[in-house]
Amino acid sequence: MSFRVVADLDLCQGHRMCQGEAPAVFGFDEAADHVTVLQERPDESLRPGVESAVKHCPAWALAIEPDEEE
Amino acid sequence: MSVSEIREVSYAVPDDGPAEGWGHLAEMRVDPVGLFERVRAECGDLGRFRLADKDVVLVSGAEAQEQFFRAPDSTLDQAAAYPFMTPIFGKGVVFDASPEERQQMLKNQALRGDMMRGHASTIEREIRRMVADWGDEGEIDLLDWFAELTIYTTSACLIGKPFREELDPSFARHYHDLERGTDALAYVDPYLDIESFRVRDAARERLVELVQGIIDRRVARGTVPRDERDLLDVLISIDTSADYITGIFISMMFAGHHTSSGTAAWALIELMRHPDVMRDVVAELDDLYADPDGTGAVEVSFQALRSIPRLEAALKETLRLHPPLIILMRVVREEIELAGHRIPPGAVVAASPRVSNRIPEDFPDPETFDPGRYVDPRQEDLQNRWTWIPFGAGRHRCVGNAFAMMQMKAIFSVILRDFEFEMTQPSESYRDDVSKMVIQLEQPCRVRYRRRVR
Repeated sequence: MSFRVVADLDLCQGHRMCQGEAPAVFGFDEAADHVTVLQERPDESLRPGVESAVKHCPAWALAIEPDEEE
Repeated sequence: MSVSEIREVSYAVPDDGPAEGWGHLAEMRVDPVGLFERVRAECGDLGRFRLADKDVVLVSGAEAQEQFFRAPDSTLDQAAAYPFMTPIFGKGVVFDASPEERQQMLKNQALRGDMMRGHASTIEREIRRMVADWGDEGEIDLLDWFAELTIYTTSACLIGKPFREELDPSFARHYHDLERGTDALAYVDPYLDIESFRVRDAARERLVELVQGIIDRRVARGTVPRDERDLLDVLISIDTSADYITGIFISMMFAGHHTSSGTAAWALIELMRHPDVMRDVVAELDDLYADPDGTGAVEVSFQALRSIPRLEAALKETLRLHPPLIILMRVVREEIELAGHRIPPGAVVAASPRVSNRIPEDFPDPETFDPGRYVDPRQEDLQNRWTWIPFGAGRHRCVGNAFAMMQMKAIFSVILRDFEFEMTQPSESYRDDVSKMVIQLEQPCRVRYRRRVR
C-alpha cells in the first residue's frame, strides 16, 4: 500500500523541520518561504521519516494520504 | 446581510452597563467559560454574544473552525481584536509591522530550528538556577515560581543572555501586573480609570525605568565585541527611547510568558492529581537519563528536543483541558461565510479553545484527563486538526509551539528527577482566575517539594 505526501502551502510557516526528518522527501523554496514536496509518492521505506515530519511540523501543514491511484 | 439573524445567547449575568448596554461584558468578567459553553449549547456551531458595542460571533465545530482558521489576514484581522493589549505594548510602539511580519521576524531569528539547541541549554541552566536554593524540602507558589522562571527563560532566549542577567524578581512582578491589566472592560475603553488599569500603567512605567537603567549601564560601559551583544545593544545603536524598547520587549515576551508559565503549573497539578500518570512519567525520565555504565548520561538540553512520549502526552492533555488562551478573536474586514452564514465587515468572530478542546464528538469523555489519547493510533490531536486547538490552528498557529514544548520537556526533566511534589491544599482548590482576558492560576496555589532519594 503506497502513500501520497500532501503539503498545505497556506499553512506552512517555513520552520523547515520536515527537512530534518525526511530530507529526501521535503525541500524548501527560499523565495516563497515554504516547503516543497520533492517526492509526492515516496518509497515505502521512507514512510517512518515522513510520519515523523507530519507529527513534528509546528504548523501542522503536512499529511499522509492513501494513494488513490492504485 | 447582518449578524442579527444569528442567534444571540441568553444572559446568565445581568448587563450592568449604561443605558445603551454592554451586553455580555458583565458575564465575560466573571465566567467567560460558562458564557462560551452556553453559546455552543444554545446556538450550536454559530452563536452570538455582545461585548460593549461589538457583536461577537463565536464559531465551534470542525467545519466552521476550519473556515475561521484558514481565512487570510485581509479577511480576518487579528491585531484589532485585542484592544486590551495596546496600553501594555504602549501607544506608538505598536506597530509598524503587522502581526504577520512580527511573527515572521520572531520565527526567522529567535525561534529558528537551528537555534533550539542553544535555547534548550539556556532553559536548563535557568531552571537549575531557580532550584539551586531549594534545599531538601519546602513550599512554592506555582504562579509566582513559574512566572518568574519563564521571565528568565523568555528574556534569555528571545532578547539575549546579557539582558536576562540584568533582571531580578521585580521585573517578573511588574510584568505580572501588566498581565493582570487585561480586564474585558478594555472593550469599552482600554484607558478607563479603574484599579487594574492604573496598576497596569504604573507597572509599565516601572519596567521602562528598569530598562532605562540597563541602557544607561550599557552606554556607560561602551561597546563590546559583536559576539557579546544582544538585541538591546542593537536597539540602543539605532537611538530609540527606553519607552519604545520596553514596548518591543514586552510584546516579544508576551505570547510566550503567561502561556508557558500557566501550562507548566497546570501540568504539575494534573500530574499530582493523577499519581499513576506521574509514576509513569517519572519512570520514563529516570530511564532516559539513567547512566548505567557511567559513560555519561544524556543531557537535558539534548533530550528536550527529542521525543519523550509519556511526558509529551501528559503535556498535550494538560493543554487540551487548560488551554492558556480561552478565546481567539478576529475583526471581520471582508465579508466571510462561516457555517453557511455571511458575516459582514465590522463584526468580531471568535473561536474558543476551551470549548473546542472538549467537544465530545472529537474527544470522547472530554472532562477526563487521559494522556492515552495521544498514543498511536488514537492521536486525537492530529486527528482533530481544527478542533484540538491549544495552539490555535491554521495560518496563525502559534509559531512558538515547538519552543514551548521543548521548554516544558526541559522543565519537567529537571524538576521531576530531583524532586517529588505534593499538594498542600485541596485538589479542587487549584483553579484559574478568569476575571481577566489573560487567565492565571488563582492564588494561593501552593505545593510542597521534597528532594528525591535515588
